Amino acid sequence: MDKSTQTEIFFGPNHPGVPGNYGINYNFEGDTVTAAEANAGHLHRGFEKLMEERIWIKNTALVPRICVEEPDINEMVYAMGFEAIGEIEVPRRADYIRSIILELARIQGHIFSIGGNAAGIGQYTIMNWGTLTRDYILDIFEEITGARVYHIYIRPGGVRQDIEAETFAKILDLMNELENERFPDLEKTLFENPNAQKRWQGKAVITKEEAIEMGATGPVLRANGVPHDLRKMMPYAAYDDVEFEVPTGDNGDAWDRIKIARDDMLQSIKIIRQLINKIPDGPVQTDLGNGLKYRIPKGDAYVKIESKRGEYGYYMVSDGSLKPYRVHVRGASTPLGLYGVREYLPGTRIADVPVWAKSLGICPPEFDR
Amino acid sequence: MANDKKSIFSPVTAFKNLVKKPETVRYPAESNDAAKRYRGFHINDLEDCIGCSTCQEVCVNDAISMVEMLDVPAEEGQRSERPQIDYGRCCWCGLCVDVCTTGSLEMSRDYSYIEIDPDSFIVTPAEKDINQVDHPLGYLRDEHSDLLDLKRIDMEMLEPEERINSFIEIVEGFSKEQAEKEASRCVECEICTDTCPASMNIPQYIRGIFDDDLEESLEQIYEDNPLPEICGRVCTHTCEGVCAISHRGEAVSIRWLKRYAVDNVDSADYKKVLGTEKIEQNNKKVAVVGAGPAGLSAAHYLSVMGYQITVYDSKEKAGGMMRYGIPEYRLPYDALDKDINYIKSLGVDFVFNTRIGENITLDELHEQYDAVFAATGLHNGRSTRVPGTDNNNVYQAVNLLADIARGKEVPVTRNLVVIGGGNVAMDIARSMARIQMDKYGEVNITVTSLETEDIMPADQEEIEEAREEGIVFKPGRGPKEIEVNEDGTLAQLCTNCCVSVFDEEMNFSPTFDDSDIENYECDMVIEAIGQGGDNSYIDDQFEIEYAGPRIKINDYSQTSVDWLFAGGDIALGPDVITAIKTGHDAAVGIDMYLNDEL
Repeated sequence: MDKSTQTEIFFGPNHPGVPGNYGINYNFEGDTVTAAEANAGHLHRGFEKLMEERIWIKNTALVPRICVEEPDINEMVYAMGFEAIGEIEVPRRADYIRSIILELARIQGHIFSIGGNAAGIGQYTIMNWGTLTRDYILDIFEEITGARVYHIYIRPGGVRQDIEAETFAKILDLMNELENERFPDLEKTLFENPNAQKRWQGKAVITKEEAIEMGATGPVLRANGVPHDLRKMMPYAAYDDVEFEVPTGDNGDAWDRIKIARDDMLQSIKIIRQLINKIPDGPVQTDLGNGLKYRIPKGDAYVKIESKRGEYGYYMVSDGSLKPYRVHVRGASTPLGLYGVREYLPGTRIADVPVWAKSLGICPPEFDR
Repeated sequence: MANDKKSIFSPVTAFKNLVKKPETVRYPAESNDAAKRYRGFHINDLEDCIGCSTCQEVCVNDAISMVEMLDVPAEEGQRSERPQIDYGRCCWCGLCVDVCTTGSLEMSRDYSYIEIDPDSFIVTPAEKDINQVDHPLGYLRDEHSDLLDLKRIDMEMLEPEERINSFIEIVEGFSKEQAEKEASRCVECEICTDTCPASMNIPQYIRGIFDDDLEESLEQIYEDNPLPEICGRVCTHTCEGVCAISHRGEAVSIRWLKRYAVDNVDSADYKKVLGTEKIEQNNKKVAVVGAGPAGLSAAHYLSVMGYQITVYDSKEKAGGMMRYGIPEYRLPYDALDKDINYIKSLGVDFVFNTRIGENITLDELHEQYDAVFAATGLHNGRSTRVPGTDNNNVYQAVNLLADIARGKEVPVTRNLVVIGGGNVAMDIARSMARIQMDKYGEVNITVTSLETEDIMPADQEEIEEAREEGIVFKPGRGPKEIEVNEDGTLAQLCTNCCVSVFDEEMNFSPTFDDSDIENYECDMVIEAIGQGGDNSYIDDQFEIEYAGPRIKINDYSQTSVDWLFAGGDIALGPDVITAIKTGHDAAVGIDMYLNDEL
């Protein structure tokens, strides 16, 4: 590498152009990136080891923090892993409630990251709208679970408490507001903005082969026309009871991925309406006995769900004791954030590095853990 | 891309927000009330809280410490500590609220606290939260989020129709599955240990059952109790009365779990598990007078320390009141023998049919042994001494129970009355009910007591089971006279209404209403109104101090005569677990005394 023409800079970890506490160290020549390396680990909090030192129920308060933008997926797969190894059945109403929570989490995560993407190209109005709209969904979470961001609501065996009828009414009202007011405004202000289209179209392309080789799913793979969605392929919770479409794109670029995020939100609104309409009565929790003495047989399980960024899974190992033996987190954006950067970022122009980092849904807390 | 709609005018729609009210910035500031279930700062009812520290146990971030409260007494069933929360560590997950055994810990809707001093973020939640201002309640535990296991596993028991036909043990015992589930309910707070007279390592032996490590359970039990087969059946279990789970649910079945653990360890393995295969002897000798629970306990702990023990008893076998007072359907003899035989296997000598004061004097024991432990118990039944009690058909419960234990035939008539309201009255009534059923095909027994049912000293379960077996209760009656026929047979027991049993200072001083008369036809009366002891073998030879009717002892069961230790019902109790504790204390005390440390 010719040092006289190359410059190395630290892009992040403290930078509005990166999606979180994560850095990209890259060399550039002119204004094109020539080599890049991930500068990750700033969000390493030792979760996987911490979980080994705590009894099963205590970890429910720990896991939401593994993914800051969509915490509920962690609660869900932790509970699913426990239930898989312990062969525990969850009441049907709990399945429905879990799906509602996950879909609300999907909407708030998408609108927040659409805002983040917009900030990456300087459209700060959309960033504020994203944060604002998310706040109304957090109000719903506060009413259901008692907390806005880290809900600690989905537990092994079911969910922590039931949802009242008036809360369902509030959710439906919010869905109407989103569909009739806020998302159309978003459509006009962002998606029909020629500026945004120019900045995103044809940029940060990840092809189908590259995505499959890396193990990237979610919008990254779907933007190449592959309707890969675990909610349809291996339905969990109540997804086998609802009808929805899986949005795809054709070009594998940032524009397709961000449109898929928008379309996912519209599908989630449909799913939530169906779930609330059809939710059965019944208990919301299977009795598992004394919470301080939860114990499942020796065994292991890999459980996964469709997060907004793709396949998100936990590999859990139990040795039959009161604590998990091992919990490994498979973050959806792990391949992109750690390896994709090295392989596919070179060749991008500097101004498009934020577009690359944000539109691929790189989520540092889930691979730093 | 070609069909994506675009226009430079589209974003202009955003301008409509210029005339709308802002959604975030509000001036003047409005407070944002939290939702009903908001997990805010904690509040704690310090009177309901028992300091069990289960909240500390479940806290994910070690945010809770238990701190000593100066104005909270440590009484039975609670500790004087209360939880203190470090809000620098707390993440407001609310697991502490879900697990709280009394329900005293709650959360308010308060979420804002602004202070420069970081130490002020460490608070002991009380009636008001950290801001000391009233806030509406926030997150509350409900039946879905409750993390405790509140329901007991039902214990299988024989049905009344089956029970009445024999002296077979009524309680069937836990299966392995049942025992593990019941053991899982324990939160290991150790408040039971605080209450147990022998301070048994209760959560530890329960944990042994949960871990399927019964040898661990046995070791933990034997640290403080060498008679677990017995206590696992007949202990008064005050531990269950204070169990933390009993506040919102049913207490852990501590007594039945103890039984499960020891029932399922083979006696052949005891010495290996308890490390008593080889005990180094120290050539000192101690005499134990009385082979009841106190004597056996002292014999066990002294043997394990290396002393040579000889136990004297006036009866034919060891066990004291446990064998000769408690009926077989509550305490089968093979369970009793399992505990006694282990103690015997440690090298303890037993001399039966020997009464101190008759066959050998206490003074002679003092000469032959380095120390003496006296635990002769209370074996003399008291009498109401109303007219007619001198008749041949009036018996003492303790004498009949002893004869039944010996396997001797006892007199039983068709129509029995038992005077007394305690467990001994229940024991004799239910034993005689079985014998009546066998001999006459029906049960005809009336139990009458001074106490009304709500204050009868007998266990509630005993009273209920007795009723199921056909025994009739006439509580709140005082015996006036036993009418005797001319031929010496009994006619009836005449009673008056007992208006009150205790006076204002809670002294025993019953009052009666002579105008209220009820008579019960009977041909046999059994008195079970209390027992006294016979300490003449001590008092005839030595001056020792008494505390009321019982021998005065210090924390090491030592009497005012330094080589003479005493325990069991003649000093404390009266119950088996207290007797065991006095025996253990005496062993420690004798060891110290013989090493010139006491």
